[in-house]
Amino acid sequence: MAENEPTQAELRAAYDREMARAKLREIPFETMSGVPVDSVYGDGPYPGQYPYTRGVHASMYRSRLWTMRMFAGFGTAEDTNARFKELLANGGTGLSTAFDMPTLMGRDSDSPWSTGEVGRAGVAVDTLADMEDLFGGIDTSAVSTSMTINGPAAIVLAMYVANAEKNGVPRKALAGTIQNDIFKEYQAQKEYIYPPRPSVRIVTDMIRFTAAEMPKWNSVSISGYHIREAGSTAAQELAFTLANGFAYVEAAMAAGVDVDVFAPRLSFFFNSHIDFFEEIGKFRAARRIWARWLKERYGAKDERSLLCRFHTQTAGVSLTAQQPEINIARVAIQALAGAIGGTQSLHTDSFDEALALPTEKAARIALRTQQIVAHETGVANVADPLGGAPFIEWMTDEMERQAEAIFAHLEDLGNGSILEGVYAGIENGYFVGEIADASYRFEREVNAGRRIIVAVNDFTDGAEPQKDLLRIDATTEEYQLKRLADVKLKRNQAAVDEALAGVTKAAADPTANVMPPILEAVNAYATLEEVVKAMETVFGTYVEKAII
Amino acid sequence: MAPPPNLVELYDAARGGHRRSLGRLLTLVERGGAEAERISELAHPDSGRAHIIGITGAPGAGKSTLTGQLVAKLIEAGKRPAILAVDPSSPLTGGAILGDRIRMDDVVGVVATDAAAAADGPDRTSAFIRSMATRGHSGGLALAVPLAVRLFDAVGYDPVIIETVGVGQVEVDVVGAADTAIVVVTPGMGDAVQANKAGLLEVADVFVVNKADRPGANDVRRDLDLMLDLSHLTGQEAADGYRPPILMTSALTGVGAPEVLEAATAHLDHLDASGQRTTRRRARIRSEIQARMEQKLAALTEQMLASTDGAELLSKAEAGAIPPTEASTALLQRLLSGDHSA
Amino acid sequence: MSDQPENLRVILAKLGLDGHDRGLKVVARILRDAGMEVIYLGLRQTTDSIVSAAEQEDADAIGLSMHNAGHMTLAPNMVKALKAAELDIPVIVGGIVPDDDVALLHEAGVAAVLGPGASAEEVARVVRDAVQANRAGAQA
Repeated sequence: MAENEPTQAELRAAYDREMARAKLREIPFETMSGVPVDSVYGDGPYPGQYPYTRGVHASMYRSRLWTMRMFAGFGTAEDTNARFKELLANGGTGLSTAFDMPTLMGRDSDSPWSTGEVGRAGVAVDTLADMEDLFGGIDTSAVSTSMTINGPAAIVLAMYVANAEKNGVPRKALAGTIQNDIFKEYQAQKEYIYPPRPSVRIVTDMIRFTAAEMPKWNSVSISGYHIREAGSTAAQELAFTLANGFAYVEAAMAAGVDVDVFAPRLSFFFNSHIDFFEEIGKFRAARRIWARWLKERYGAKDERSLLCRFHTQTAGVSLTAQQPEINIARVAIQALAGAIGGTQSLHTDSFDEALALPTEKAARIALRTQQIVAHETGVANVADPLGGAPFIEWMTDEMERQAEAIFAHLEDLGNGSILEGVYAGIENGYFVGEIADASYRFEREVNAGRRIIVAVNDFTDGAEPQKDLLRIDATTEEYQLKRLADVKLKRNQAAVDEALAGVTKAAADPTANVMPPILEAVNAYATLEEVVKAMETVFGTYVEKAII
Repeated sequence: MAPPPNLVELYDAARGGHRRSLGRLLTLVERGGAEAERISELAHPDSGRAHIIGITGAPGAGKSTLTGQLVAKLIEAGKRPAILAVDPSSPLTGGAILGDRIRMDDVVGVVATDAAAAADGPDRTSAFIRSMATRGHSGGLALAVPLAVRLFDAVGYDPVIIETVGVGQVEVDVVGAADTAIVVVTPGMGDAVQANKAGLLEVADVFVVNKADRPGANDVRRDLDLMLDLSHLTGQEAADGYRPPILMTSALTGVGAPEVLEAATAHLDHLDASGQRTTRRRARIRSEIQARMEQKLAALTEQMLASTDGAELLSKAEAGAIPPTEASTALLQRLLSGDHSA
Repeated sequence: MSDQPENLRVILAKLGLDGHDRGLKVVARILRDAGMEVIYLGLRQTTDSIVSAAEQEDADAIGLSMHNAGHMTLAPNMVKALKAAELDIPVIVGGIVPDDDVALLHEAGVAAVLGPGASAEEVARVVRDAVQANRAGAQA
């Protein structure tokens, strides 16, 4: 140990000072039998202390439980608006928006590609008019909004800003998160539009724009969730996600933004899978690695730049179509792993998601599941309750070791640059190939019976026919098509054309920022797809090479 | 099983532009045997016109995308290109995953997302893309590729492009036997050196440095130039003084694709002017005949070893009673005298 | 010399915008390991692009992966498009298909439906059986 490192006594004293300052929830911190428990056990560094292995804050859930953020969005903007208002009326302060597949892919509802998918898996947003409906009657200065969109993120963010400003809310007052994590699209989720480099240029423009004008906005939510869902291992999820984070940091620094200006606004999104201890080790390792790299490699000085704050969702891919009710047990275990791992917010999956979109009842059970974890299990009383256990510490180290090996490979690919390494890994199929290998290995093991998945390859008695699945009718699509046609009819076409030309011009000029002209275009009611195409003429499109 | 197809009908339909029939004939060609030979005979009189272009390079060099770009340009110029995309089979199972279509389809625009745009544009259906697996043993490839090329040529496709990963000797041979061999390299991975080791430099008529917008592209170009200078110094350069051009492309954006086509055409003109086109054709026919004979002889050898006489000689040699040379000479004599059924 | 065993040629693709390709990739490997030749078209295909590929590749079967509740529109569209092009090729649908819809898909001309959790043997067998049944039907 280096001489200037603090002693255990100093660490503890610092932790106690933090705890004395912290505002705590007014509940007894004791077991159900009435035994009082301390806020943390074991050795330092404690929660809230570098490298934050044990948590990002000293008091963790004693101050505030994780946010129970349930993802919602379906049908028309008006349908989702009604759901939002209901959530807010019930005391919610955070809105989370799911968009339909055409919107996620930058296609309008009237595109031939969109047939059958409009409003199905989320809400359809074609123009600013839809955004106005989506947030109609909602004070956007008083809520935090999460928007899960990547390829056309700049356009959707511009629509959100435009709607707020029309209602007199300045952009600097807007709080929320836009996923905007384009790297994982090439690696796993496949909802990309342009090739990687121009896409990252747009992300960098957004980082610059939000850093300068939207101080309460999280510009990128770096997401491992989809990497894991696509079949990666826990260590790959960890490493690819953090590497993507490093890549955004390098890209923004190269664009001249100070690391401490934007890094505090980066957040993460991880999967909580079924291997309990591996997941907890992964979450702990994520915090430690991020803090070390940001401090040592990227020279961040602001403590907030070092914090790996993350949202967690239980593993949709672990849910079985066979005997779906037992998924409730899987989700409970995964939610518990997320809480022990110190997540900042959590979405719990509905048990019927392997079959269809969740029914209302299934969604409620999912929410109740994390409420049980939060309020009944006692897990929220003690930060990092497993910290110091030999197995958990070993698992954390092992996750870190595997991740560092992957970072070394990417650095190699990029001649010392993680950003270039990530580009190279996308172009040469490294990420996609690694994920496909891991996924196939797992499937083979299940197939050979070396791994047991309950109700799939063992314990299969008791299967019943499916019932009560949610179906979405086709009227949404008709409504949305009419709505879009109306907007196109009423708008000033000359203004739209001029604004779109401005977008193309900015795209072609690497020193320009695409955000201001995109704002102009959406304000003129240009459609999502029109703005996408205005940049496509400069940036081209991306087609994945077949890596299987 | 489907009833035996009438090959003449299928062939005539394919010549009339029926794509499904051509697809079927290609399957029969790949399967080999008497039907493949019959198709070869049908196609022979109508073939000999197409410009045969081979494209090869290391995995990930961007061959498929570049090929797609070339095909798009060819279609615009009113040509009817055919593409044979060769991918390796698994040596263990004989199965294969053939993924080259994705990138070509996209660039060529077969995936016409916009019906109106597709109707206005050039006729995308004038191209024909076929994926072919190496089927575990390279002998099959050496037989099937020339036949498939002949068939494309005979039913009116020109040029015929063979795209293959330049890793094995057979793939190199296949591409080297084209009229024009294009070798694709990329910056940053020591590609020029790898290409040299794989023997690709000897067969190249046109070099393409793809992903030329990447750092290191000029280094690759310089390496290639240097290697060409060396072969000049050591006298390995072609006797007619033809020096392969080195072209810089970005397959993603299509930059440089027209130049590659121009270079390929210029190379063909050079072959015609110098009389080398005939030389190459002769070499191609010779190697096809050789491959066919070798394959048949290999099959006969297997048959011979499994015969009663063969087994007897084999066990004698295995027991050390006679040397292997004596056994093989005796078996060969019987084989050549036509006695290989016993 | 038709002494090589026949390698079935199977097209694998996803119709529409949905980008979930994990299942499709696993199936591609399963079929390769079962000795088949997989023509992998991957994401964002249209019925037209699949018909075009099926003609050129002389496909024995077409496998479509569905994860976005679009199967009731897209799979029957595929069957219709093949029929319109006079291609007699069995269509196999894999992915999340509720029980009630399986019968409807069969009625619409889909040869087989593979649910989540199908074993590798089952996947390969269903493809082989679909091809055999189709050929027997063509001969009858």
